[in-house]
Amino acid sequence: MHGFANPARFLRIARWLTPLCLLAGVAVTAAALLWGLLKAPPDRLMGDTVRILFIHVPAAWLGMAGWTTLAGASLVELVWRHPLAGIAARAAAVPGAVFTAICLVTGSIWGRPTWGTWWVWDGRLTSMLVLLFLYFGYIALVDATRRDGGGSSRVAAIFGLVGAINVPIINRSVVWWNSLHQPPSITMGKSAIDPAFLWPLLAATIGFSLIFGGVVLARMRAILADIQAEARLRRKAMNDGVTNQAATNQAETSERAGADA
Amino acid sequence: MNTIKPKHQRLVLALVALAALVGAALLAIWGLRSQASYFYVPQELVASPPAPDRAVRLGGMVEQGSLKTEADGVTISFVVGDGKARVPVRFKGIVPSLFVEGSGVVAEGKRAADGTFVADNLLAKHDEKYVPREMQDMTAEQAKQVVAETR
Repeated sequence: MHGFANPARFLRIARWLTPLCLLAGVAVTAAALLWGLLKAPPDRLMGDTVRILFIHVPAAWLGMAGWTTLAGASLVELVWRHPLAGIAARAAAVPGAVFTAICLVTGSIWGRPTWGTWWVWDGRLTSMLVLLFLYFGYIALVDATRRDGGGSSRVAAIFGLVGAINVPIINRSVVWWNSLHQPPSITMGKSAIDPAFLWPLLAATIGFSLIFGGVVLARMRAILADIQAEARLRRKAMNDGVTNQAATNQAETSERAGADA
Repeated sequence: MNTIKPKHQRLVLALVALAALVGAALLAIWGLRSQASYFYVPQELVASPPAPDRAVRLGGMVEQGSLKTEADGVTISFVVGDGKARVPVRFKGIVPSLFVEGSGVVAEGKRAADGTFVADNLLAKHDEKYVPREMQDMTAEQAKQVVAETR
């Protein structure tokens, strides 16, 4: 594992792995959704409404997997101080938040025709909303530490680790408490989902996960490129012999330009 | 103490902090175990009835053959059971499309003096099974089993 912590080696691998993940992810997702939306049969009770399953469930899985990634990377950053771990945690935040939001929106759209309500404050829905807010908090924290001189991202890493407590709560919420949301359909080796729905669902989950991996890799490359560009600009400013004041000004302007781009 | 690497010290610190966090969360969940539930099951409602004016939610299965429409045509009555207790429910209004006998329901309302639950809103509760229409008959037995299992 230590070998992958080397940014140069990571970049060499990520250069071909990123487009591979993204292209394969888009292809698998498209095939799975076509299968799920056109070929899969309607459900005995819900009819065609069941088809939202193929977006809702993969999105929920990635919302939780996203924070698990973020927390794991945060732990590695805190304990082993690997340079790439903090970057991986930062890269997973935005796609994780997007998938969590997709899960909440599709769940709400699904809830109206099946349950008869857009939203209820039961254990599952509430803990999932908390996850979205945790993502927002993490993203804001990372942004704030970066703006305040790009200092240590340890505060964000601790936040990532503390927030991980919510992931098992989301997972178990429908078992521990009575909730409007149904209990898990897929448990250890058993599935209450008919194969006609299960296979396109698994395919969509793989496709979504590949896209998630590709986006995380792409964001990690972008963050690394940002860091490199900033370092290069600082060095250039020093070599040119300009005054310290001008150097900071220039670095700041380019940083802002980089952020805008 | 000098022999401990800072790396290992940090690992131990992180693990201790995580253990404390998990412990705190478990305590909170234990404390919330009754408050965080979205509804009462019939057994709980019968065993410890809430105050007559308190709005509560009752969740369970709509018993087969218990659904009746009253003379006015908009009021329905049915029995919600969980295998251990049964609570009669009255509701006036539009029901969700998934509301059928033998399926899950969450009723929001109050318990009347005569023990009837007067609901002012109904939510349909879907079970965790997803089955195509063609295979509906094959799963009738399974569905019954879920009725017993679903809380």
